[in-house]
Amino acid sequence: MAEPLLSVTGLTKVYRGTPSIVGRLMGRPTLEVKAVSDVSLSVERGEILGLIGESGCGKSTLGRTILRLHEPTRGGIRFDGIDVSSLPPHEMKAMRRRMQIIFQDPYASLNPRRTVADIVGLPLRLHGLARGKAETRDMVAAIIEKVGLKTAHLDRYPHQFSGGQRQRIGIARALVSRPEFIVCDEPVSALDVSIQAQIIELLSDLKRDMGLTYLFISHDISVIGYLSDRVAVMYLGEVVEIGPVQAILERPRHPYTQTLMSAVPKVEAQGGRHRVRLMGDLPSPLDPPSGCKFHTRCPLATDLCRSQSPTSQTLGIGHHASCHRLGEDLNLQEEVTA
Amino acid sequence: MSDAAVTRPTPSQSLLLRNLAVFAENRLAAGSAILVLIFVALALFAPLIAPQDPNATDLFRRLQPPAWQAGGDWAHVLGCDALGRDILSRIIYGSRVSMLVGATVVFIATSIGILAGLAAGYLGGWVDTIISRTVDILLGFPYLIFAIGLMAMMGAGLGNIILALVYKEWVIPCRVVRAETLATREQEYVEAARALGASNRHIMLREILPNILSPVIVVSTIRMANVIILEASLSFLGLGVQPPTASWGAMVADGRAFIMQAWWVSTFPGLAILLLVLALNVASQGLRDAFDPRFHE
Repeated sequence: MAEPLLSVTGLTKVYRGTPSIVGRLMGRPTLEVKAVSDVSLSVERGEILGLIGESGCGKSTLGRTILRLHEPTRGGIRFDGIDVSSLPPHEMKAMRRRMQIIFQDPYASLNPRRTVADIVGLPLRLHGLARGKAETRDMVAAIIEKVGLKTAHLDRYPHQFSGGQRQRIGIARALVSRPEFIVCDEPVSALDVSIQAQIIELLSDLKRDMGLTYLFISHDISVIGYLSDRVAVMYLGEVVEIGPVQAILERPRHPYTQTLMSAVPKVEAQGGRHRVRLMGDLPSPLDPPSGCKFHTRCPLATDLCRSQSPTSQTLGIGHHASCHRLGEDLNLQEEVTA
Repeated sequence: MSDAAVTRPTPSQSLLLRNLAVFAENRLAAGSAILVLIFVALALFAPLIAPQDPNATDLFRRLQPPAWQAGGDWAHVLGCDALGRDILSRIIYGSRVSMLVGATVVFIATSIGILAGLAAGYLGGWVDTIISRTVDILLGFPYLIFAIGLMAMMGAGLGNIILALVYKEWVIPCRVVRAETLATREQEYVEAARALGASNRHIMLREILPNILSPVIVVSTIRMANVIILEASLSFLGLGVQPPTASWGAMVADGRAFIMQAWWVSTFPGLAILLLVLALNVASQGLRDAFDPRFHE
């Protein structure tokens, strides 16, 4: 198999809070938040890797650290055979043409003082991809039509568009420089349900037409299930399970994935399906639990789980999970109802 | 404001035009802005408007009262000063000094403040530390005393007044810009620009600056009023523009000795200062309201 388009190894992002002068004098330790902790994954050319997890688990931070919008604390990022994590600024700039991001909030991600033509044309100007103003405008017009807007919209300002239209502008901006890899950071969560479907279809069509590769971040399992080829599940900054979409949706192995999947509403002929409810809140990332980070909420947790963190185990082709009790092949629903 | 809905512009117009339309609906602010513009016109066209030569002395007209008082005449509407110079003409010419100093100081100070504030707010780190500490130190000095000290060192004169005031004035727009930049740099469209490979310079000048200009414009108009008062104060103390050039502050000072016999010598230039400063303040308040969408109904 060819080298994956993107591979991330041991990626860690720690945020340090600087204590006040008084705090430093009193010897208070600096606050540390491990937003992303030792994450390794790869994305093959042309696939969609879904990234799922509850809010605050580090999904967005992982996406942004891969693009070096946040500098990684540790770990490697390889894109198309190039070590992106240590590129000097001018080489990183050239790299940015090839890896792009679509943001969650289409109201915050477009500069309110610039026209659509300015916003979408910016990547072309920054990377010198068009010769002269006329060509820039032609290329902008072409991509604007490709995302389903009209060239008449080019000289308008973002506030004159609806949420769905704004998201189309954001998509056009990400795609105008012909990138290969896109981080989709919850691109539909801020939209109305009726608009969500349109944008998902658009992203799916564009991927096919332009040969794109997506890292698709979402907390919506049905969106992930519809789009993804493979799915990674994150909990408190760690990838706890990763595998083909079929396996994750139908036969999840990690207890956290199992609780996530049991929360998806389904239309079923017969009853008997129990929703496994998680106890308590997501622990504070400032003070993560010892051992397996999920043990505070896991119905299957043992003393081993509380003291040692599990290592990743292979469960099938491309299917890995980190849990001490995988070997027992437990089904959480049966365990809890038993 | 009741008939405002009719004139409300369509959403296809730019944000700036919409803001200006809201500003125009505020009659007090719009009136003040017109008053400021009248002063600007006086300054620009002083030789055409002034009825007399502002520096022509006529000892027969020493302390001649305004036209409506006994002994006054309509050739010298606001009367004459101790050297028999026409007060109205001197006020009209004096507006040139106030306007020139006010506009120049605010323009230079705002330009410096914008660059320093953007750098401090966006780049952070040691750049922020150096700029912010310099600002703190300058803020520690009382403004007028600081300017008096500088004028004493550099000597009087128009250029030196501007320099002495700019030395400290840039601190105010700098703090405003820094605070606004800190808030704006976290916006997703700034992150989007970084993801696209934009340079720091591009992000500061093209992405952030256009979004923080409104408060900067509001602050500049308020500060222009303050700078005009400071110039008048320096001139009043004899550290400003040198005679015989007319300056409102110096005119107030000249009339001080005769305030009991000839109230008009000090009062009319004092009123000119009051009117211009008041108009600038009311206009800036209107601008602030117009630029802040929370004030739009």
